[in-house]
Amino acid sequence: MQLLALVATLLLLSAVGFHLGRRRAAARSAAADRRPHSLPVYYGSYVALWSGLPALLVLLGWLAFEPVVVRSLVVDSLPPAARELPPERLGLLMNDVRNLAAGVVTSRDVDPDMAAAAETYLRLKRLGAVAVAVLSLAAAIGGLGLALRRVRPDLRARNAVEKLVERLLIGASTIAVFTTVGIVLSLLFESIRFFNAVPIHEFLFGLEWSPQTAIRSDQVGSSGAFGAVPLFAGTFLISLIAMAVAMPVGLFAAIYMAEYAPRRLRAIIKPLLEVLAGIPTVVYGFFAALTVAPFLRDAGTILGLSVSSESALAAGVVMGIMIIPYVSSIADDVITAVPRSLREASLGLGATRSETIRQVVVPAALPGIVGGLLLAVSRAIGETMIVVMAAGMAANLTANPFETVTTVTVQIVTLLVGDQEFDSPKTLAAFALGLVLFLVTLALNVAALQVVKRFREQYD
Amino acid sequence: MNVASKPALGQATLDDRRLAKVSARDVDVFYGAKQALKSVSIDIRPNEVTALIGPSGCGKSTFLRCLNRMNDLIESCRVVGSIWLDGEDIYTSGLDPVQLRARVGMVFQKPNPFPKTIYDNVAYGPRIHGLSRSRAELDEIVMTSLEKAGLIDEVKDRLQEQGTGLSGGQQQRLCIARAIAVSPEVILMDEPCSALDPIATAKVEELIDELRQRYTIVIVTHSMQQAARVSQRTGFFHLGELVECGETEQIFTNPRHKLTQGYITGRFG
Repeated sequence: MQLLALVATLLLLSAVGFHLGRRRAAARSAAADRRPHSLPVYYGSYVALWSGLPALLVLLGWLAFEPVVVRSLVVDSLPPAARELPPERLGLLMNDVRNLAAGVVTSRDVDPDMAAAAETYLRLKRLGAVAVAVLSLAAAIGGLGLALRRVRPDLRARNAVEKLVERLLIGASTIAVFTTVGIVLSLLFESIRFFNAVPIHEFLFGLEWSPQTAIRSDQVGSSGAFGAVPLFAGTFLISLIAMAVAMPVGLFAAIYMAEYAPRRLRAIIKPLLEVLAGIPTVVYGFFAALTVAPFLRDAGTILGLSVSSESALAAGVVMGIMIIPYVSSIADDVITAVPRSLREASLGLGATRSETIRQVVVPAALPGIVGGLLLAVSRAIGETMIVVMAAGMAANLTANPFETVTTVTVQIVTLLVGDQEFDSPKTLAAFALGLVLFLVTLALNVAALQVVKRFREQYD
Repeated sequence: MNVASKPALGQATLDDRRLAKVSARDVDVFYGAKQALKSVSIDIRPNEVTALIGPSGCGKSTFLRCLNRMNDLIESCRVVGSIWLDGEDIYTSGLDPVQLRARVGMVFQKPNPFPKTIYDNVAYGPRIHGLSRSRAELDEIVMTSLEKAGLIDEVKDRLQEQGTGLSGGQQQRLCIARAIAVSPEVILMDEPCSALDPIATAKVEELIDELRQRYTIVIVTHSMQQAARVSQRTGFFHLGELVECGETEQIFTNPRHKLTQGYITGRFG
């Protein structure tokens, strides 16, 4: 509540700054009898930004560091016995202190030390709130005053505002980059913990995957094996089946849409095809598990094949259907981007349409098509839900598409679902798998972008 | 259907249209509801260069594209009237436009070599139409086409390099070689020099004059000097109509229609 009031006050100050800046610019230029460098609105924005941004930075800094600072101060105020508790215990204690301060029921009896700590905690909180309010308001008023004094007809307010806007945009783009870096780091640290427990070569080259580890030391039968090869193989098999479905269908659909379909038909077909991309993968999962898998099993029985009711084939086929729009949409774009003059040259030589497509259009669009296919593959590799529902959980090392297999993503889900200890190799394995997945899809995406870029260079 | 419009001044048509290589009578072209050509009648004589001139949007390129049915590729386009090639109607349903385009080749405004090697660019047409039975025969076709296009000396040592790596003028001559390779009877050229510099233009014009021995050529051009230099006959189009047609010398020295006169003297266009 306090925070909200503070933000509102800061905004109000900015608005006042805007108004004052505009008026002052007008007054000053009238007094000096010369035209100001920029429009009045820029002087207003200049003052508003100078009063708003520093205060906002102060506020954000406080929001980011306050919990850490307060916590360490409170911990310092605790008696030495409590301070030397192991980190998890200390965390629990601090939780109780916070609960006590908030007046919520605590998980243990209140002792005087805790009461004192809660008291300190509350005091620091209040102090911090007052400090940040004073500091940010000071920053806002100071910035406002300073900027207002600088408003003169020869101040290049327009350029200054431009520069600030640019900084703002840079800030926004770095947030995206830092998020990626953060994700990579969090995966990396947990993976390193995993590789301390399980050697990396065993993980990458081991042929047996059975992640159940003993929870109690007297438990038997769950030794735990973390050889991820069956998962990689399963992922590869399903992606291969998916691409075998999506590549021809998507490519042919794209060729039809780009080269043959009358404009009106294309306007209907293209959005319809792209609807496929909007269907939630859970729904594809239902479809795979309840319709496609039984159908394949029955068809297999008729042909004398034994098809498991959860098979790599069912999951792969449905996943292939799911990624058709990725293939067809990108392929359609690059095929349409092939210059019309090339088609005319070929047709003008007496080639038929399909000859033109095969010998001129597709070769010219090939880099772009390959790029689209690689993006679709990375999409297929990362897909989880369809495989969970249709391909099963058993980590078989097999190349037979009629059998149950499992993939990297499915195992990540099963490893992390339910009550888990976050220090057992079983749980940490999920992060290692995630890291491998991330690296593979990253490599595929980079390759795809490179290929697409080369295509662009050729024709733009 | 046809608005009765007055025939073009001069001698656009022959008395017996069978003597013409290409003969058009009362050709109307519509893009949707918009009429782009109005009752055009013209006879293209064999082994001559016929230049079509006129201001932008006058329909000269549209007419050119009627002659090998390239307009079929535009969905909304409709062609009315009759066009004959060697006395045969090319718009009857029995005629295969794909076969027609092998007989009536085309060179475009912008050089548009395929992103293939120089050799493969020229060999493209012969391969599609099965014009050679052996590799040696195909080599022969490619080499003679490049020779006829006056490109052989410049590219004979780098036939396996990309056609797109040549200079603009060389690319355009490569496109001409590509068109020649399928042994067409008529070659249509749609402003073939408009993307070229003066030296490359001079080379292409020289080439056009040589090609006249073997082929019938129709060239659309924006440059009146070019029309005067390369053609024997000239047709002047204005707002979708063929206004005047006759021997090039007569058109440029003694035009009969005041629109023609205005255009060639540079008063408009």
